[in-house]
Amino acid sequence: MSLLDYFRLSKPKTAPLAKERLQILVAHERSYRNQPSYLPQLQQELLEVIRKYVNVEQNAISVNFEQDENQETLEVNIVLPERHSPTDKGVTVNE
Amino acid sequence: MARIIVVTSGKGGVGKTTTSAAIAMGLAKKGHKTAVIDFDVGLRNLDLILGCERRVVYDFINVINGEASLNQALIRDKNCNLLYILPASQTRDKEALTQEGVGKVLDELSKDFEYIVCDSPAGIEKGANLALYFADDAFVVTNPEISSVRDSDRMLGILSSKSRRAERGEEPIKEYLLLTRYDPDRVKNGEMLSLDDVQEILSLQLLGIIPESKSVLTASNAGVPVILDEKSEAGQAYADIVSRYLGEDRPHRFIESKKGFFSKLFGGKK
Repeated sequence: MSLLDYFRLSKPKTAPLAKERLQILVAHERSYRNQPSYLPQLQQELLEVIRKYVNVEQNAISVNFEQDENQETLEVNIVLPERHSPTDKGVTVNE
Repeated sequence: MARIIVVTSGKGGVGKTTTSAAIAMGLAKKGHKTAVIDFDVGLRNLDLILGCERRVVYDFINVINGEASLNQALIRDKNCNLLYILPASQTRDKEALTQEGVGKVLDELSKDFEYIVCDSPAGIEKGANLALYFADDAFVVTNPEISSVRDSDRMLGILSSKSRRAERGEEPIKEYLLLTRYDPDRVKNGEMLSLDDVQEILSLQLLGIIPESKSVLTASNAGVPVILDEKSEAGQAYADIVSRYLGEDRPHRFIESKKGFFSKLFGGKK
C-alpha cells in the first residue's frame, strides 16, 4: 500500500465474502462426505419398485443419510401423487 | 522404521513440490536420512526443484517394475549427503503405479531411511491416492484462497477414509496445515483470507506460514530448495516448520506485516 492508496476510495473488503462462501460450501460438501456410496443406486432401485405400483415423479423420492454418535439413520421420503391420498402424502421409513 | 510424510493439497500450484523439496532438505540437514519421492508420474518436477534433473537415469516406475534396483534409481543430493531423491517417470502412464508396487518400495526404503517424503500430484486420482495411502503424517499445503481451502477440505476427507491407517482402523494420519503464499498486508486490507479464517474452516494443527516471497521463484530457477536460502523469509519459514515438526518450540512468524512506516508510505517491495 503506498501513499497514493490513502487518497483512493477504500476498496470493498472481499475476504469476508470469501469466508462466508467457503463456510456454506464446505458445510454442504462435508454432509455428503460420510454418506455410503450405495445411496444413489438405492434411490434409483427404490424408485423402480415404487413405480411398479404408483406412478411417481423422478424427484418424488429423497434418501437422506444422517450420522450421529450413537446411530446412523437412513431416511427415505416418498411423495405420492395427489390423487392417491388427499391428506397424507408422505411415507417415512426409518432404519 | 521410517516415518512417511505425504505433502498434499488437492489443488495444483499451491506449493507442494516446493514444500516437499524444502522439508526433505530440512530434515536431512538436521541429520535425518531422508528420501523424497515424486508421485507425479508423467509430469515430474521435483528433480528440477532439487536441481538433479540431469542425473536421472532410473525412476520410481522402473523400481516398481523390477527394471532397476532402488539403489540404482535413488539420486543422492548434491548439497546434502543424507538426502536422496526418487524421481517420477516422465514417459510412463500413471497406471504403472500400483498399490502393491508402491508399498514394496516404501517398505524397502523404510529399512534404511528415517523419513520418506511423498510429493503428491494435484487432483484426487491414482497418483495422489497412492501418495497418501501409506502415510503417517500429512502436510496439507493450502493457499489463503477459496478454491485451495475447499480442495484441502476435500483432501482431509480422503485422508481420513482412504488411507491404509483408515482401512486398518489404526490411529489416523496426523494432519498439519502449511499455509503458503501468505501476504499479511493483503490480509490486513481485507483482500485475503486470514490464518484465522482458514483455521475456522479446516481446524488443523498449524505447522507454519510461508509468506509470499520472491525467493521461491529464484530458488526454483537455480534448482536449489528455498530452505537453503537462509536469508529469505520463505527459507526461514520452512526451517521453522521442520523444527516444529521435529518437536522444537518455535513461535509462529510471518502472520503480521512487518513493513515499516516508510515502506508503507512509498509502497516498499518484499
